[in-house]
Amino acid sequence: MHPILKLVVQRIALGLLLLLAVSVLIYAGTEALPGDVAQAILGQSATPEALANLRESLGLNQPGYIRYFHWLGGVLTGDFGKALTNGQDIGQAIAQRLGNTLFLAGCAAAISVPLAIGLGLVAARYNGRWPDKVISGITLSTISLPEFVAAYFVIYLLTQVFPIFQPVAMVFPGMSFWAKLNAVALPVIVLVLVVLAHMMRMTRAAILNVMQSAYIETAELKGLSPMRVIWKHALPNAVAPIISVVVLNLAYLVVGVVVVEVVFSYNALGQYLVDHVAKRDLPVVQAVGLIFAAVYIGLNILADVLAIVANPRLRHPK
Amino acid sequence: MLEIKNLRIEATSYPPDGLPRDVVLVDDVSVSVAKGRVLGLIGESGAGKSTIGLSAMAYGRGGVRLTGGQVLLNGRDIRGLGPAGLRALRGREVTYVAQSAAAAFNPAQRLMEQVIETSLTHGLMGRAEAEARAVALFRKLGLPNPETFGDRYPHQVSGGQLQRAMTAMALCPKPDLVIFDEPTTALDVTTQIDVLAAIKDAIHDTGVAALYITHDLAVVAQVADDILVLRHGKKVEYGTVAEIITAPKEAYTQALVSVRSIDHVEKGAAPSVLSVQQITARYRGTSFDVLKNVTIDLPAGQTLAVVGESGSGKSTLARVITGLLPPARGKIVFGGRTLSPDLPSRSKDDLRELQMIYQMADVAMNPRQTVGTIIGRPLEFYFGLRGEAKRKRVQELLDQIEMGKGYIDRYPAELSGGQKQRVCIARALAAKPKLIICDEVTSALDPLVADGILKLLLNLQAQEHVAYLFITHDLATVKAIADRIAVMYRGEVVRYGTKTDVLTPPFDDYTDLLLSSVPEMELGWLENVLAHRKMASAGN
Repeated sequence: MHPILKLVVQRIALGLLLLLAVSVLIYAGTEALPGDVAQAILGQSATPEALANLRESLGLNQPGYIRYFHWLGGVLTGDFGKALTNGQDIGQAIAQRLGNTLFLAGCAAAISVPLAIGLGLVAARYNGRWPDKVISGITLSTISLPEFVAAYFVIYLLTQVFPIFQPVAMVFPGMSFWAKLNAVALPVIVLVLVVLAHMMRMTRAAILNVMQSAYIETAELKGLSPMRVIWKHALPNAVAPIISVVVLNLAYLVVGVVVVEVVFSYNALGQYLVDHVAKRDLPVVQAVGLIFAAVYIGLNILADVLAIVANPRLRHPK
Repeated sequence: MLEIKNLRIEATSYPPDGLPRDVVLVDDVSVSVAKGRVLGLIGESGAGKSTIGLSAMAYGRGGVRLTGGQVLLNGRDIRGLGPAGLRALRGREVTYVAQSAAAAFNPAQRLMEQVIETSLTHGLMGRAEAEARAVALFRKLGLPNPETFGDRYPHQVSGGQLQRAMTAMALCPKPDLVIFDEPTTALDVTTQIDVLAAIKDAIHDTGVAALYITHDLAVVAQVADDILVLRHGKKVEYGTVAEIITAPKEAYTQALVSVRSIDHVEKGAAPSVLSVQQITARYRGTSFDVLKNVTIDLPAGQTLAVVGESGSGKSTLARVITGLLPPARGKIVFGGRTLSPDLPSRSKDDLRELQMIYQMADVAMNPRQTVGTIIGRPLEFYFGLRGEAKRKRVQELLDQIEMGKGYIDRYPAELSGGQKQRVCIARALAAKPKLIICDEVTSALDPLVADGILKLLLNLQAQEHVAYLFITHDLATVKAIADRIAVMYRGEVVRYGTKTDVLTPPFDDYTDLLLSSVPEMELGWLENVLAHRKMASAGN
């Protein structure tokens, strides 16, 4: 087998194993929470008989590991169960919100990743000079703002001072693509501001690190233009650390944006999770937790694989 | 072609204590190179040879600045050129061949792309023409499969081949001047000689002018027409090769020509302190024996030199003896007892009596500890010395390595390369060992400094009756210091015995190749050797 294929298969197998371990943790963690689900559903005034009946029907009397395997079996066949609070099918509820989450994350990533890398290259090219200082200054100040402050500032600026966008990011099925884009513009701007600095700084640092190499001196002594030196000789050797930071930020865009979702009333997974944590709706918490873990693990596998593929020593063995 | 007049180069230095100040790296140096001629720049590290070489491209490493004089290339002073003018000059009129081609090639790009890059970016020729020229150069430089060689990545070819590819890269855009900066220093002797011959032919055939920078006078004598000897950034002597080699005028040049003048008489038979018996070893997770049935014997108080090219298993042998790599088979008898194969189960005395000195003294010392702490550590660990007693013993050791007072509280960064290696020797000596393994301890040093270290090691051997296992690829060093010699080739000892026996014909083919590849300071040596070879070198 080609060594790369072997590594990729290994990484994926490890990822699946990790996901299984995470599922145990999530399940055990939510189970260990204090409180009684039946009590939570029926309220303080429920009779002991009613509580016992509900526990029976929810299967709460069975031992934890049996319920875990029951739950896991459902998850593997695509059945996340029903929400305790309103009886809705969790799979369906998640599917729609996951689409919204990915749409928002995708838009933010499509802008922020090329922008961050581009700015990082420019900052490295003018290392220590004014373009570097301006880029670093601006991106570091945007990352230093708490998300909600950045969000309110953007709302104030782009709906009040310059009324261009809607303050509320309402999306619903059947909206056209452009209408959706218009709706998510503000949260996308906020997310871009939040994730830009990290990726930009890492790109800059990785490039500057490579710029110390002897082959960069060779390139300079070839009389190449500074941008060609960076683009052709530095960037291809700096991709591994850049990829890992980019992917870390992509994962954040999917699983960590609950504050932004709340501020803009954007109907996506984060908000769904927070709502149901408050209501102690364990099946929903477990399902969303598992999906977030899967996204995180999946993206990290992707980063690993891309870093492997980017390494010419592995792509072209001796 | 190139004319440098009264060149002065300065840099800002930042000493560990004190304010930044300007230091003069090169002062009042004038040279000229005509078309088709090769000028050799020679001197020890810090002599300013690379700095002068790069000044022909108006390039300064770090904060290096050209502050005086003229650098005339094709009749114009390149110091006056702006960034665009310099880019047009670099890689077109003047090209550069670096010391370590392995580091100087971009690991993420195929060789062909890199070799023809300047020809394309400077608009000198089209891609097809450039590739054809590159293939022709690969062929001229004796690279294997010249048509497909360029498809490979740098990590897929050997060091000697990369150095030739770098030469092809420098010659591809048809430059007027090529700067060779120690192009063969990082190579094994048997590979060096082939690369040297290839470079010499290529220079001759293309009629390009060249600056050849090296610290090895014997090497430069083979390729250059004229030689400039430099020291501390100043001219020592400037003349034709024949003048410099046969009739050097200055004392420093004479010292360079006669370097390795140590006359060491080998010692007679003695009971052995170390006996390596039929060792076979491989690294974990591999199925290749790095050492095959190695058997050697080292008499107490004597020096066994282990010679061979990179990859021959010399350093692996040291790892096995020190216990870092337990062997698959065989045993090691040291000081009359059989050593346990792995490090953790060896006694404190085993550890104490077997010390090591490394090639890179720089990285073998903790930069945040003073010389006193570094040398004091084994005194504390093995002998329990503390306080005043420890300090007194450290000072004794410093006296032994001829460094005297005033060094005990200094940090490694404040020492020269030779002084650092001396501190490492003192640290090994502090344990009162029976055997010190010296792994290429003089390879990173300038010839004159290395000579001093070798003399010191011989003196210490006479005083302390310590044995050395001396690992090296440098045969001149071996002749200077060894009592016995083991020649290693691909994990096997191909020749072993007293120095006289090993160095006396008849030779086996490999020893012959190795011995004949050591550059000698005479004109025409290179052609002579190549004409009489029995075996191709391993680096090809």
